[in-house]
Amino acid sequence: MDALLDVPVLGVLLQLVGYLGAVVVSNGPIILALAAPLTLGALCGVMNERSGVVNIGIEGMMLASAFMGWFAASVAFQSLGPSEPSEFFGITPPLLIGLVAALGTGLLMSLVHAWLSISVRADQIISGTIINIVAVGLTGYLNLLLSKSSPPTAGKFEAFVPPHFLTDLPLVGWLFRMFLAQGPVTMSAIVLAVILQILLFRSRWGLRTRAVGEHPRAAETVGINVIATRYRNVILGGLFAGLAGAWFTLDFGNSFQTGMTNGRGFIALAALIFGRWHPVGAFGAAILFAYAGSLGTAIRTLPPTGQLGDILSAIPPQAFSALPYVLTIVILAGVVGRSVAPAAVGRPYEKEGAH
Amino acid sequence: MMRRIVAPLILPASALFLALITGAVFIVLSSPLVEGSFDLGLPLKAYAALVSGSLLSTNGWIDTLVNASPLMLAGLSVAICFKAGLFNIGAQGQTLIGALAAAAAGAVLATQPVPIAIVGALLAGLVAGMLYGFIPGALKAFTGAHEVVTTIMLNYVAIQVIAWAITGPLLAPGASFARTSDVGSAALPVLLGPTGHHLHAGVLIALATIPIASWILNRSTIGFEVRTVGANPDAARYAGMRPRLLTVGTLAVGGGLAGLAGTIEILGVSGYMPAAYATNIGFDAITVALIGRANPFGVLFGALLLGALRAGAASMQIQAGIPVEMIDILQGVMLFYLSADVIVRRIFRLRKVEGGVDELATVSRSYGGQTTAP
Repeated sequence: MDALLDVPVLGVLLQLVGYLGAVVVSNGPIILALAAPLTLGALCGVMNERSGVVNIGIEGMMLASAFMGWFAASVAFQSLGPSEPSEFFGITPPLLIGLVAALGTGLLMSLVHAWLSISVRADQIISGTIINIVAVGLTGYLNLLLSKSSPPTAGKFEAFVPPHFLTDLPLVGWLFRMFLAQGPVTMSAIVLAVILQILLFRSRWGLRTRAVGEHPRAAETVGINVIATRYRNVILGGLFAGLAGAWFTLDFGNSFQTGMTNGRGFIALAALIFGRWHPVGAFGAAILFAYAGSLGTAIRTLPPTGQLGDILSAIPPQAFSALPYVLTIVILAGVVGRSVAPAAVGRPYEKEGAH
Repeated sequence: MMRRIVAPLILPASALFLALITGAVFIVLSSPLVEGSFDLGLPLKAYAALVSGSLLSTNGWIDTLVNASPLMLAGLSVAICFKAGLFNIGAQGQTLIGALAAAAAGAVLATQPVPIAIVGALLAGLVAGMLYGFIPGALKAFTGAHEVVTTIMLNYVAIQVIAWAITGPLLAPGASFARTSDVGSAALPVLLGPTGHHLHAGVLIALATIPIASWILNRSTIGFEVRTVGANPDAARYAGMRPRLLTVGTLAVGGGLAGLAGTIEILGVSGYMPAAYATNIGFDAITVALIGRANPFGVLFGALLLGALRAGAASMQIQAGIPVEMIDILQGVMLFYLSADVIVRRIFRLRKVEGGVDELATVSRSYGGQTTAP
């Protein structure tokens, strides 16, 4: 075996495969956790773009929801006082209030986006830009003012503790740890991606949504209410962005920092495109992107040995961080397999004879 | 003549007015956090500080112009792309790459004679920005990849490139934090004010670009072709124009302008580039172009407005305790009213104003489906 690893080129490739696998096994839980906001953000994008509305405001929706979730939980914590966390995910009343606030914020911001892009028929890209700008401004503004009194944190949801007999299993134990030792928001991301995939391609709602996104005029002629479908989907999509926001301040972390989403709403957009507008595809893309991000760190902290180590250490860590963006451009350009948006995305719908 | 200048300003001015009122309501609502109790006078205090910090002193004017100069260039970048039916969200990345190239060239040419150093560094920023605009242009023209997505992605690639370059090959030896070496003689000449708080010659570059861009867009053949492609790509093709070439060219020129915006920031203001370089120019540029309705002289107005807001923000924070993020809120709300112009027109009883950024229809229409090259 060792002799095989010393063969030039082939040996290094084998070492690389081994190392990449080792990183997954050792960093599995954190990779999946980091993929959760990307997945949820992308699901928000699926709801929007599958019904024909562009949404580049996912970043802003996530940021605002993260803030409101944290803030509401903190206020509830101050008025309700500390309470015994439930054994299951460490749930407390303030955390649930925070979660509801985050979801509500996502819903509300989506309502603005829906109104601007569907009713006003304003440019949908500008509508998203407005949401991003306002979210940065509002959260930064309020966070600075609030930080003077440094409100207490309400804590965060706990990770589920999978039973030992599962995680100690040889060979597959790490998989159980990766998928089960997670907070509730992260877990819901996986479940929601699968559910949405089934609904989108196997239900009446899904068929109608896709019809509205691909050919609204035809959808209207068979009696589907295009405007109502778009409204409903865009607004419900906000729930996913809200949940993604809750991940930042109630699941993965327990406090809010200005600008903490740090472009992950746009990586979610990238995951949406890379996953070809499929919920499960987007989830896979999110894992890949989260993995690429953690690889840069893994090489610094846990460098592979030998020749492979020399090669990988020579790659700047920023290259791994840039990978999601570059891959998205590549797949959009159709260099390796092509990713195509639903046909009617970006076009406001006007009823026949509405003038 | 007067009508031609004033008419397009009515809608943005009304939107600004409504944004200021909305902002005032928000300031009153948040006043307990600022002062401990509700204060109806706080908005007035904040806006007074905003105006006095930007327009009521020489220093204020210097700050306003220094802030407005890169916004004019980057705003033009977004505006001319709008005219060609392209949405350049990548002005941010192009600004950053332009700034990086200018900082690198400036560091190399720091000891050369002043004219050579300045021209060399300006060209470096311009060309780097053009290349960074060329990429999404070529991708759109030859593969149909929509520029909205590719430019967003390239913005983030630019951040990583800068983090890598300034902590690596461009790192100034012996600096206490990660930054490039001083640009030395490539620094733009100071026109007015004390060093560190000065008006630099970049403002002249920006001001000169406005009429040139206006002339090219509205009076030249190439400008006519750009506008035709933006209004109707099919008609442009049937008329024998080359939409692909125009797409690539417009985004490259737009990238160059944004690159120049980053360049004058480095050569005129800081004199070096830190690895943690933070700027909002490329995103503010979108607001500027929309306020200016993609018209070069409108961009001048938008850039001065936003430059003044940014310039006055610091004194608003110091004197009234209102965080500088208020400017982002005002900006977003103003864009909201510009987009939802039904509200504005109803309140001010305005008739449907002609103009607007009509070419945006071309932008969104091309987003979905199997976008073939134009």
